[in-house]
Amino acid sequence: MSKTWTVFKPYLLAAPQAIALAVFLVFPIVLIGVVSFWEFNGYSMTPAFTLDNYIGIFTSQVTLKTYLNTFKFVGLVWLATLLIAYPVAFFLSFHIKKLKWQVLLFLICTIPFWTSNIIRMISWVPLLGKAGLVNQLLMGVGLINQPLEFLLYSDFAVVLGMVHLYIIFMIAPIFNSLMRIDRTLITAAEDMGASGFDVFKEIILPLSAPGIAIGSIFVVTLVMGEFVTVRLMGGGQAASIGKLIQTQIGSLQYPLAAANAIILLTVTLVVVFSILRVVNIRKEL
Amino acid sequence: MVLDARDMIQPAAAASEKNIQEVLAQGAAGVSLRSVTKKYGSFTAVENLLLDIPAGSYCCLLGPSGCGKTTTLRMIAGHESITSGDIYIGDRRVNALPPAKRNTAMMFQNYALFPHKTVWQNVEFGLRMRRVPTAERRVRVGEILELVGLSQTSDRKPDQLSGGQQQRIALARALVTRPQVLMLDEPLSALDENLRVRMRSELRNIQKQFGLTFIQVTHHVEEAFSLSDQIVVMDHGHIDQVATPSDLFAKPASKFVAKFIGDNNIFAGTVLNAVPDSDGLDMIELAVAGLGSIFSRGQATSVGQTAACSVRPDLLTIVSTAADAPSPQANHLTARVVDVELTGYVTRVGLLTEATGQELLYKVRTADWADAGISEGQAVTLRWSAHDCVFLAD
Repeated sequence: MSKTWTVFKPYLLAAPQAIALAVFLVFPIVLIGVVSFWEFNGYSMTPAFTLDNYIGIFTSQVTLKTYLNTFKFVGLVWLATLLIAYPVAFFLSFHIKKLKWQVLLFLICTIPFWTSNIIRMISWVPLLGKAGLVNQLLMGVGLINQPLEFLLYSDFAVVLGMVHLYIIFMIAPIFNSLMRIDRTLITAAEDMGASGFDVFKEIILPLSAPGIAIGSIFVVTLVMGEFVTVRLMGGGQAASIGKLIQTQIGSLQYPLAAANAIILLTVTLVVVFSILRVVNIRKEL
Repeated sequence: MVLDARDMIQPAAAASEKNIQEVLAQGAAGVSLRSVTKKYGSFTAVENLLLDIPAGSYCCLLGPSGCGKTTTLRMIAGHESITSGDIYIGDRRVNALPPAKRNTAMMFQNYALFPHKTVWQNVEFGLRMRRVPTAERRVRVGEILELVGLSQTSDRKPDQLSGGQQQRIALARALVTRPQVLMLDEPLSALDENLRVRMRSELRNIQKQFGLTFIQVTHHVEEAFSLSDQIVVMDHGHIDQVATPSDLFAKPASKFVAKFIGDNNIFAGTVLNAVPDSDGLDMIELAVAGLGSIFSRGQATSVGQTAACSVRPDLLTIVSTAADAPSPQANHLTARVVDVELTGYVTRVGLLTEATGQELLYKVRTADWADAGISEGQAVTLRWSAHDCVFLAD
């Protein structure tokens, strides 16, 4: 009895989590995978095994363009969040000396994230719209005569919105990894003749790479599947695969949506694994 | 795996080793602090330090935490600015030079090895930052790694090394730039007791071997005694005493030093009388409240001044009161044994004076204590010679 118990105990302990993952993650993904091969004729779908959905995606110019557009968003948002988040995290961890202030200022960074995403997106509208505050200001001081059109319902607006939404996911892991850097390493490097730039390049940047990697994984995976921001901030002008999938589901084209979802998932996983190959994040966890 | 300390000093049969050994030894420079003061706002960390550390010596800055010893070290290394005064390394005034321009190197507490770089890259770092050409870097890193006996670990990361190996890499990294002075900030505090003792002798061996100037910060009295040519005892930002270990042990210069370096027994009182002794010192009679006169030797201050005297716990002799007999030793008092602690070769005996209740400590060889046949609670007479009793002016 006791021996069987010893053997099975770890499995039993792991079971609830394993079951939850199987039911809520593995099963739906498998189901999406299955549905992506089903036949679809515009009115009904029938279980089958056809590659038509995938072939359709890869031969459609519009769909491929949408993919490219999605990758463009991912690239731009990733770059913008990294360029903004790194200096913020650097400032918090190296220029603020007292831990109390570091924590407090970091919490201030998170305050915008206490509001729902949709509300935060909608609140951009009066700011960026044609008769919005930004345009009024620019016209008021005489910098422009015509309201700027690209501010809202454009790719610019989509990227702006997503940077706003996801920046904290970049700040937090980078801040965390910068905080873990032993400050005597910096003194030691200076003792050996390293300049400020050397210290950054040789010590701080490599040691914060795991933080950058984790932040990048968050941002990339979130932006890959984005559709709310694309719809609210892009109006009808911007497209992404997430939005395409949502439209397809709306028009009951489930097999097509499923095939897109599988492709998107694959691409995302490839990106994530490439990041993990370059940077060893295990030390950070 | 950890190599024995002896492995280090064995010549590795390489001609280059002689070479680098000479280079390092020739470069050793002395350090001189002239009226150095450091203030943080209104707080004075160290004040008016005057200190000469000869080239090629091992000097320990010893003191309790907060005494200013680390600040002093960091000022010499250039990681801390000085408020006033001058610091000389060799005959160069280095007040305003950045650390890398002072020809010093520092070994840090916990070593501060770069965790993301291999052993080789760690050692190479200082040379790369000084823009030493690649070919020369390869030669110099190679020879210094061979010197510390860790050539075979050059591809490993620091966390794959033992504590002793890490210390040697830190040492190699510090020595590879051929510094004139090596500074060590509590380098042994991260190690367990056994390793600490071994690494201590290894540091000492390397220092002797190369004739380098080592300046080490420590709060560990035994460490300072075992390593140093010169010990600088610091307290509250001041230097209390600079002396060789044996002088420091025999003649502490102040009450603080006497307390800090060991479990010395200290008696405070007023100077009653002072007579010049044959060797230039004075024989001083101190009136200690409740205990009568205690005789000590030193440089007397004027009669009536408050002062103290100190006697090492191993220089007392103990006799059971019953067997009281006349003795040539000037000082005696009665006390009661309250605590006997066997610590190995030495037994520590705690006593309280009968008259004043002052705590005293007596250290005796464990074998001798067993022969004495004295038990806890017994009243005894303690005796000691005036020659073993050091006068401490206030």
